[in-house]
Amino acid sequence: MTKVTMTVNGKSVSGDVEGRTLLSSFLREDLRLTGTHIGCDTSQCGACVVHVNGEAIKACTMFAVEADGTEVGTIEGQANADGSLNVIQQAFQDHHGLQCGFCTPGMVMTAAALLKDNPKPSETEIREYLEGNICRCTGYHNIVKAIMAASGQDVSAIAAE
Amino acid sequence: MPKDTGIGAATKRREDVRFLTGRGQYTDDIQTQGECAAVFARSTVANGKIKSIDTSAAAAMPGVLAILTGEDFAEVGGNPAGWLINSRDGTPMHEPKRPVLAHGKVRHVGDAYAAVIAETVQQARDAVEAIEADIEELPAIVDMKDALAADHYVHDEIGTNQCFDWGWIEDNRAATDEAIKNAHHVTTLELVNNRLVPNAMEPRCSIGHYNPGTDEYILHTTSQNPHLTRLLISAFVMGIPENKLTVIAPDVGGGFGSKIYHYGEEALVLAAAKKLGRTVKWTADRTEAFLTDAHGRDHVTKIELAMDEEGNFLAFRTETMANVGAYLSNFSTATPTFLHGTLMAGNYTVPLVYVNVKAVFTNTAPVDAYRGAGRPEATYSLERVIDKAAREIGMDPIELRRKNFVKPDQYPFASAAGLEYDSGNYDALMDQMEKVADKAAFEARRKESEAKGLLRGFGVNAYIEACGIAPSNLVGVLGSRVGLYDAATVRVNATGNLSVMVGAHSHGQGHETVFPQVVGEMLGIDPQSIDIVHGDTSKIPFGMGTYGSRSLAVCGSAVVRATEKIINKAKKIAAHMLEASDADIELKDGVFSVAGTDKSVSFGEVALKAYIPHNFPLEDIEPGLEETAFYDPANFTYPSGAYCCEVEVDPETGKVRVDRMTAVDDFGNVINPMVVTGQVHGGLGQGIGQALVENTTYDENGQLLSASYMDYTMPRADDLPFYIVDHSKGNPCTHNPLGVKGCGEAGAIGSPPTVVNAVIDALQSGGKNVTHIDMPMTPHRVWSAMNNA
Repeated sequence: MTKVTMTVNGKSVSGDVEGRTLLSSFLREDLRLTGTHIGCDTSQCGACVVHVNGEAIKACTMFAVEADGTEVGTIEGQANADGSLNVIQQAFQDHHGLQCGFCTPGMVMTAAALLKDNPKPSETEIREYLEGNICRCTGYHNIVKAIMAASGQDVSAIAAE
Repeated sequence: MPKDTGIGAATKRREDVRFLTGRGQYTDDIQTQGECAAVFARSTVANGKIKSIDTSAAAAMPGVLAILTGEDFAEVGGNPAGWLINSRDGTPMHEPKRPVLAHGKVRHVGDAYAAVIAETVQQARDAVEAIEADIEELPAIVDMKDALAADHYVHDEIGTNQCFDWGWIEDNRAATDEAIKNAHHVTTLELVNNRLVPNAMEPRCSIGHYNPGTDEYILHTTSQNPHLTRLLISAFVMGIPENKLTVIAPDVGGGFGSKIYHYGEEALVLAAAKKLGRTVKWTADRTEAFLTDAHGRDHVTKIELAMDEEGNFLAFRTETMANVGAYLSNFSTATPTFLHGTLMAGNYTVPLVYVNVKAVFTNTAPVDAYRGAGRPEATYSLERVIDKAAREIGMDPIELRRKNFVKPDQYPFASAAGLEYDSGNYDALMDQMEKVADKAAFEARRKESEAKGLLRGFGVNAYIEACGIAPSNLVGVLGSRVGLYDAATVRVNATGNLSVMVGAHSHGQGHETVFPQVVGEMLGIDPQSIDIVHGDTSKIPFGMGTYGSRSLAVCGSAVVRATEKIINKAKKIAAHMLEASDADIELKDGVFSVAGTDKSVSFGEVALKAYIPHNFPLEDIEPGLEETAFYDPANFTYPSGAYCCEVEVDPETGKVRVDRMTAVDDFGNVINPMVVTGQVHGGLGQGIGQALVENTTYDENGQLLSASYMDYTMPRADDLPFYIVDHSKGNPCTHNPLGVKGCGEAGAIGSPPTVVNAVIDALQSGGKNVTHIDMPMTPHRVWSAMNNA
């Protein structure tokens, strides 16, 4: 077992992990931050996307020991300080960008990383950026729309409620 | 002005907040002190005789608590088929036992023959590797045609690989044959409805808990229908009395059919929990999900359409082989029969339909209902052969459909496939589709595509489906072993807020928001004061869960009936409080008043009176304000639609891009248009996925080649367009109180033939005489079709 220490959602945390423990497992099982989801075994689905030192990372592609000393952000730390939904979360609710909610944390974390680098992405840029995140419920329409709306773009011309 | 609350309002979903902040609670998120982990040993061969299983080395591994094999469940019941089908000759279908763990034989790759329970999942995984199983590999039965001809069997004891040979409607067989023989024109098409994996993003997970003090079990599991799961475990598999078993399906990350069914892992964690006196948890990894979740579709069909000189449809005749895999899953016999054959008249006045379905056992995962379940297969066959027929006789494909549509003055309409359609207007849907899709400008768009060197095609589809599953009397006659009503309990609490316990289960459909819209509207109170309780058999009445686009049409109707009972009783209480006759009491905006007077009491005052019954007419009215209703529908509901799709095909590569996708649906009345639109979007994504990218591939040895997201292509955001969705032309269902029809499956039913029709149109426009390409229309398939034409 190895001791790891990292900052998660602004709080310093530590734990003893096996060498093979993935960051996703450490977050879910040791820290009980179960908003980070496991949807596959091949780093394809994106349900476990978190931020490590500000970069969007699939938490299943990283060992917990590799995250030692880093700043990790998870979905549980995304809301505003007063507990209200942040701009991206609110846009997902406003535009029905989620259904079962399982892929949603990964989508929100990925969207945050996109908007940090590209504050006004086009539809095509959003769709390409979401290549590593699978959603089975929404057909992506309202996710793409929500991200455009979160970036301040007018989405009223995009079809439907 | 759109409403901002109640029926018809696009109310934002309240459940979103917990999902968006990481506070949802899915089954795998539940961690119990002292829990241990189950991991399964699964067959690596498709067909094999289990000669011996030596668990001694594994049992000695660190942390191992128990190892269970098929032998341990030999005396336990099989997981049953929910629907009994008779063959054309009247003989019952074959229903071989589906054990908790394979015993004697393994029958598909992934078939579990043992389970290790250990302190940690890693220890259990390591120990599984140490199990010495001597399994003699036998020749795999994979292809359906080969299976029917084979002299060795998936289930030796039944001596055939044919589960049943079903005819519908058998009495019409001779007349249909005659009509086809004598017709002016017959169009024939052979097609494959490709096998799909539902791929809910949350893998299955089950947690078993046993309390030796009370002899009670609790199962947390990823289910669309906890009561159905409990019934199957109690009445068929394990014999645990229902009053000793609670099944809880908490937040569930998508289902699409795959989480309707009871799976052996659920029984195993319960048995292990009792054996060890520990909580036992199993979570599937994604490859296990590919190997063991019930798959969908997998039909091979020949369809013929007979027409007269004017293009009037005279008969449809289909022959289908339907793969049921290695074992019968709970609804796998209903899907290719009564959810498929009964829809084979489509939206048309065709007088004759005959459907023959041979269900075939193979050494592959079980196949069962996946979003649409039988109806996509019916729609695909019909709408592909109609398109081909239009081309053959030189008629516009929309005109040919319109010519044969059931007309608005023909309802109720008895279809040639045995259903009674209650309402619809298919021409109006087609008109609306042409309008919102801007069909008039298609030729201009085609020219623009051609200028870019791309071929543009326009594909169209008209569909009907049978939803609101289902009238118990009817399905009982047709072989169902269960009733298909649903139930709701409305509990008005003393302080005036409400808990509504429902049999339906929400795993993305938004019930927590939508059902309160209905109850709030009926009572004239703020929906925010109403909470939905679902997913826990110890809290909710016995309902059958969520599938077949039934939640609102069936469970929603139960909610309405229970709320009506609440209103009736509340009026009696109000009448007493106001010293009036209950016939004179009116309810409006949450206030009970005596008609024609200014005397009134609020809903909250009535609720409080019900629970603090001082000065209460106890001889006439019981205290309390809680009512339950069971609702069993009088008929199926019949959503219908007109869809169109425009694709661009790159003639150099065969790559297809969906540029425009339009869905115009008749869902009857709509409670929350935002949620309904979202349901259509999701179905369209899955349907386009089926048409273009998704495929489940077994090799000739029964190895699943597409067992991960590296190999099974899931549609991603950049494979799909923005959709145009319209449900403004609804015709209310005539037989349920809300007039709703169901919207969950439509997109997945209507879109696959639309996309294929569009691709064929594109290739034809490029001078290629391609009349059919099987799904998924990968660049390779499209390019090959173009270059062989």
